[in-house]
Amino acid sequence: MSKKELILRKIKDGTIIDHIPAGQALNLLKLMGITGREGFTVALVMNVESKKLGKKDIIKVEGLELKPEDTDKVALIAPMATINVVRNYEVVEKRKAVPPKIVEGVLKCRNPNCITNKPNEPIKSRFRTICVNPPKLICEYCNYVMTYEDIVKQLISEK
Amino acid sequence: MLRGRDILTVLDLSREDFEEVFRAADEMLRLGEKRLEILRGRIMATAFFEPSTRTRLSFQTAMIRLGGEVIDLGEVDKSSIAKGENLSDTIRMLDSYADIIVIRHRLEGAAKLAAEIAENPVINAGDGSRNHPTQALIDLYTIKHFQGRIDGLTIGVLGDLKYGRATNSFIAALTKFKIEKIYLISPPQLKVREETKELLIEKGIEFEEVEKLEEVVEELDVLYASRIQKERFPDPSEYELVRGSYVITPESLKNAKDNLIILHPLPRVDEIDFRVDSLPYAKYFDQARFGVPVRMALLKLILVG
Repeated sequence: MSKKELILRKIKDGTIIDHIPAGQALNLLKLMGITGREGFTVALVMNVESKKLGKKDIIKVEGLELKPEDTDKVALIAPMATINVVRNYEVVEKRKAVPPKIVEGVLKCRNPNCITNKPNEPIKSRFRTICVNPPKLICEYCNYVMTYEDIVKQLISEK
Repeated sequence: MLRGRDILTVLDLSREDFEEVFRAADEMLRLGEKRLEILRGRIMATAFFEPSTRTRLSFQTAMIRLGGEVIDLGEVDKSSIAKGENLSDTIRMLDSYADIIVIRHRLEGAAKLAAEIAENPVINAGDGSRNHPTQALIDLYTIKHFQGRIDGLTIGVLGDLKYGRATNSFIAALTKFKIEKIYLISPPQLKVREETKELLIEKGIEFEEVEKLEEVVEELDVLYASRIQKERFPDPSEYELVRGSYVITPESLKNAKDNLIILHPLPRVDEIDFRVDSLPYAKYFDQARFGVPVRMALLKLILVG
């Protein structure tokens, strides 16, 4: 199979994530909980030419549909990526992974003295997006700034 | 308009809010030590999860002077907190008893959480290492009182600029005014944080980081001193090394302008030589005294407008 075929071969049911920042595809797979042992057919290309991004990564997963609630997490690793949900060879849904204005309950604030890290309080972490690409978030409680590296590291270490 | 509002950080306050508080504080100062009736029937709860002398007592004095009453959570190790009650439940309880809550907490954002839970206004009396908005109101009021203005002044901030919540709030509050220049005077280990510098740049305020007071003292209209805490230094010998350079003495002030005023949020340990107390520059005891009228002004404006 040529490289081009690998990228272009249609999948029957599953998810295609395109326009991933070059080098983030493996992190994204980790975020999606894909280790390779689940049995899904996975195609992954890294550092291919892109008009929009210069270089980009692409992921295709056969048999796994990315849930809408995971879009925000994907957006934090791959801002501006395109998520295509495929059913019976047709793209039935196209979503743009845009980091939300407010990121609630997804990440833990890195400031150990932040009130959101206090156990036994009915409080969710809440960050405001101050930069979309690369994502940069500020804690609404303590003003700690989470960098893209902080965010990616945390999202993939959860898995 | 401050009526009904929470006071969580100085950045939530506009220049107009500052000026409204200053005018009301002038009025309170003019009324002297009279017991007023303005907040009769109102109750203020103080919840200090961290030790405090001046802030707690001046808030309580302010409320009593205004004719209101005070309930206090007491020492945390003797109250229900010791039994493991969380902050949210404690605040919910206080909110049902009092008309306004004043909170101090070790953790950053604790006051914001309290404000989200409480229906009544919450005043942050210091949380974490950044926010102490009522101290900043007092600091700026003191400057206004003695210098007649805040705009156009050159201000030095000396000491722990990294972890000090009073210095951080003070610098943030200055961004609401047209400051001529800010000198940030600290040992390299305690330099101001990046985000504070970003704030100053964003607000277009000229600043310079220096290590020695003597380099800039002759330019200053205001010198804001703060304590350098030993525990901030991993190596005690490093502390001993820098400490001496940040003690204000009559000698270090020999080139100061006549109109210089020295402020300090207090308590001081040894960062201001006692001989400085009798110099005309020393205004830190006035600053502490203004804690009451400024907090009276704030309580009045929040509760009755």
